Amino acid sequence: MNAAIRRESPGKKKFYKVLERVTESVFFLCAAAAVLALSVILIFLFIQGIPALREIGVWNFVTGTTWQPSGNKFGILPMIVASLLATFGSALIGGFIGLMAALLLAEVAPRFLANVIRPLIDLLAGIPSVVYGFFGLMVVVPLIIQLFGGTGNSLLATIIILSAMILPTMVSLSETAVRAVPQAYREGSLALGATHMQTIFRVTLPAAKSGVLNAFVLSLGRAIGETMAVILVAGNRSTMPTSILDPVRPMTANIALELSYASGLHAEALYATGVVLLCFIVVINITAHLVLRKKKEG
Amino acid sequence: MSEVKMSAKDLRLWYGDFEALKTVSLDMNKNSVTALIGPSGCGKSTFLKTLNRMNDLVEGCRIEGDVRLDGEDIFQKGYDLALLRKRVGMVFQKPNPFPMSIYDNIAYGPRVHGIRKKKVLDEIVEKALRGAALWDEVHDRLRKSAMGLSGGQQQRLCIARVMAVEPEVVLMDEPTSALDPISTQRIEDLMAELKKKFTIVIVTHNMQQAARIADRTAFFLKGEIVEAGDTLQIFQQPRDKRTEDYITGRFG
Repeated sequence: MNAAIRRESPGKKKFYKVLERVTESVFFLCAAAAVLALSVILIFLFIQGIPALREIGVWNFVTGTTWQPSGNKFGILPMIVASLLATFGSALIGGFIGLMAALLLAEVAPRFLANVIRPLIDLLAGIPSVVYGFFGLMVVVPLIIQLFGGTGNSLLATIIILSAMILPTMVSLSETAVRAVPQAYREGSLALGATHMQTIFRVTLPAAKSGVLNAFVLSLGRAIGETMAVILVAGNRSTMPTSILDPVRPMTANIALELSYASGLHAEALYATGVVLLCFIVVINITAHLVLRKKKEG
Repeated sequence: MSEVKMSAKDLRLWYGDFEALKTVSLDMNKNSVTALIGPSGCGKSTFLKTLNRMNDLVEGCRIEGDVRLDGEDIFQKGYDLALLRKRVGMVFQKPNPFPMSIYDNIAYGPRVHGIRKKKVLDEIVEKALRGAALWDEVHDRLRKSAMGLSGGQQQRLCIARVMAVEPEVVLMDEPTSALDPISTQRIEDLMAELKKKFTIVIVTHNMQQAARIADRTAFFLKGEIVEAGDTLQIFQQPRDKRTEDYITGRFG
């Protein structure tokens, strides 16, 4: 112990002890606020949504193919399908492009070029989702009409817009994962006579696998929850899509479009849609958690 | 009797403004072990990394002079870098197995050089592991991760990985400095075996090690070779005062 501390008066010592306690409590309260917010949302959603699930029947609700509130028909299967197709479609496209961009930034591009591209991709994350939707409506939708005909507002338009929206998440998380691969692996590979590309795809990328997988799963989470941009480009028809050019209505869009005027069972069915959506998001988060835990063990 | 396998002539190297090698010349003979000794930062590792052009990866690195492999200039334009590194293999200071199975680690080199047939790969893997005196310890767990091996085993795996691509020269950068004495001895024994097939160049901080294993020794100091010659001569009758001071432990 050093002399200065030993000379501290008992009163001051006590003060520090109290300060310590207070600081701890502040941390605890802030963490509690986050947990509380989550619990309140969950409780609210379930209280509002469960009656509808009980009345309509969970099975009928998630497998019904007709959504017709005026006729008391509440089946959200087309919306579940739309949400899943839009999410996985965009995660595949955005995930692939994002991964390649991340590899460019981490392994290929000279430093100055990476330092130009990286902030631009980060900026993509800062664009409000309504602007994405607007861009989709003004550019992507007309383009689809021109190329393929149809209404333009479609599953395809949704996938394209969501792909762009998840890019920043995918790029920055994958780049971090790839950069975290020890330099010794790259050197070992190059010293064996492997080319730069062989090294990237056979050693570096496999070594970054779990981090990249985690980036992918988080991108899924971002895509499935997106609402505003989706409403503007999806077409919002609540029937089962038979082609990628059909208009669709993902679950988030369903809630946002109708909640303002719905009442009674209709409103409750919208909350129930939220419950189903939440279930998917929980599955995605648990997957991400498992992937990360496996990374720590591996 | 001794045929020159690799040679460096008037080699100069800069990292940015820092001149790391100042006009270094050295011949490395076939089927012999050449040891590079000297205090930290004297340029011996830098010199080693020039021989398979791993310094190309370092930003701001500039090289002048001549390095030849079988009389061929390795810095000539259009020289096949991948082929150079296949012919001149490298074992690093810290064992660096890839995070994959033991089998895949060894098969990695042959695979990137185009060997696909499983039977051929099986044979290469067994031969390389036997050559690195590791087969008996791992033959029943080839599919297990190489990360589960001990440090000494990992380093022998890295040696086996290099041998699997059938190099002509093997560069070793302090290959035993991270290992315990028993593992060190196994690798030294291995080197006596390996030099029958390969040309070995080894950087070491351990002077006893150089004396034990090397046929020829070069003493580096501040980016220059002070003295190079037969190991026995260097250790028993050094010509330069600085060499004598270093090997008798007066500095470094």
